[in-house]
Amino acid sequence: MDTAIEVRDLVIERGKRTVLHGFTCTIPRGSVTGLLGPSGSGKTTLMRAIVGVQIVKSGSITVFGEPAGSAPLRHRMGYLTQAPSVYADLTVRENARYFAALYGLGAAEADQAVADVGLKKAAGQLVGTLSGGQRSRASLACAIVGNPDLVILDEPTVGQDPVLRDELWKRFQEMAANGATLLVSSHVMDEAARCERLLLIREGRLIADDTPAAVRASAGTDDLDEAFLRLIRAQGVAA
Amino acid sequence: MNLRILTVTTGRILRQLRHDRRTIALLLLVPVVLLTLLYFMFDDQPQVFDRIALVMLGVFPFIIMFLVTSIAMLRERTTGTLERLLTTPLNKVDLLFGYGIAFGIAAAAQAAVASAVAYWLFGLDTQGSPALVILIAVVNAVLGVALGLLCSAFARTEFQAVQFLPVVAFPQIMLCGLFVARDQMVGWLEAISDVLPLSYAVEALQEVGVHTDPTGTMWRDLAIVAGAVIVALVLAAATLRRRTA
Repeated sequence: MDTAIEVRDLVIERGKRTVLHGFTCTIPRGSVTGLLGPSGSGKTTLMRAIVGVQIVKSGSITVFGEPAGSAPLRHRMGYLTQAPSVYADLTVRENARYFAALYGLGAAEADQAVADVGLKKAAGQLVGTLSGGQRSRASLACAIVGNPDLVILDEPTVGQDPVLRDELWKRFQEMAANGATLLVSSHVMDEAARCERLLLIREGRLIADDTPAAVRASAGTDDLDEAFLRLIRAQGVAA
Repeated sequence: MNLRILTVTTGRILRQLRHDRRTIALLLLVPVVLLTLLYFMFDDQPQVFDRIALVMLGVFPFIIMFLVTSIAMLRERTTGTLERLLTTPLNKVDLLFGYGIAFGIAAAAQAAVASAVAYWLFGLDTQGSPALVILIAVVNAVLGVALGLLCSAFARTEFQAVQFLPVVAFPQIMLCGLFVARDQMVGWLEAISDVLPLSYAVEALQEVGVHTDPTGTMWRDLAIVAGAVIVALVLAAATLRRRTA
């Protein structure tokens, strides 16, 4: 298994609170890894650390063999923040073309990304006039434009209708099949089944790091929700 | 710095401005309205109008661009676009210079309209060329942009950002020599005035007012304002951190 991201003994404090307590995990290249856990468990903080915008107390993160956030990596990475980070006073197309241009990509790639997230018809609309779900898709278009090698998506499918969610997941899987590494956070367990690997995180600690099938098997249930619960309880007993 | 990224970032900021028609109207018309007030205030004292209007042509772009930039930059921070940008190949210098150039262009349009009205409609009379007045106005606007970028780092909300205007702009306007000639101020006030960049911008404008050709003092003053721009941008770059808590 070829490793894309390696996180070692990562400790992150935000304010007086320790968000990640010596977190260690590896994420394989060319796959979709799901990052699951309740809100406040440290998912966003871990993602911010991987893209290199989070102050880290100790530990290390390497991405494709380089320290996280280093300049060469920034050419190969797309990041979707949890709250849409696009310009409300630009159209969807203008946003996508701007982010594409930052990576040296042209209008064709930008328009493709807009089409991929199902916003072709709304491409000429100002982002500020879109619905919440459309706005987050506009942000997603800017994160996947040009098919970057590493794609970090913080809750990309929240508030999207089921058909569209299905299409987006197919798109993510297609990107992985073409060699990209995706890390996708969610707190919806039915999305977990679509990932090749799962990282279950709770209160800043890794509870499970395995394939969905193995998580189900080790917890002895087919229901991932229930599996997650059992793993948490088992941890509580062990501790 | 990357020329392609700088260019597309400047274009993006101008495009945002273009979608905001009301802001464009305010940018272009407010100075004209204020000049009109000034004209009728000093209806029978054309020399006073000449003196004040000339200085105002340099002060408007400074104030307005300071405000516009500090809010625009704060919005980049609060909406998450700044964090998103810092994960791309964009260098923070590209962003800061992008703002400087984009709002500098907007300020040039503003200064051109205001100067045209002042000279043609209200008969503003200066010995030197109106082109020099516009040049100084644009450099002043860029000073406003640079200070706005710097100050936005110290504001968490738009409420706070707006309140930096009285802190940063008002003392400079009060001490720039418009109300009281700088050499008639008490020593310590003059000393403060000496370290405020707007004082030099105003002096440069006054030089254009009384000399037919650009003077050495005017170029020196302009260089000082440009130097203040560089210092403010360097400080702004230093306060713009890729990694935050």
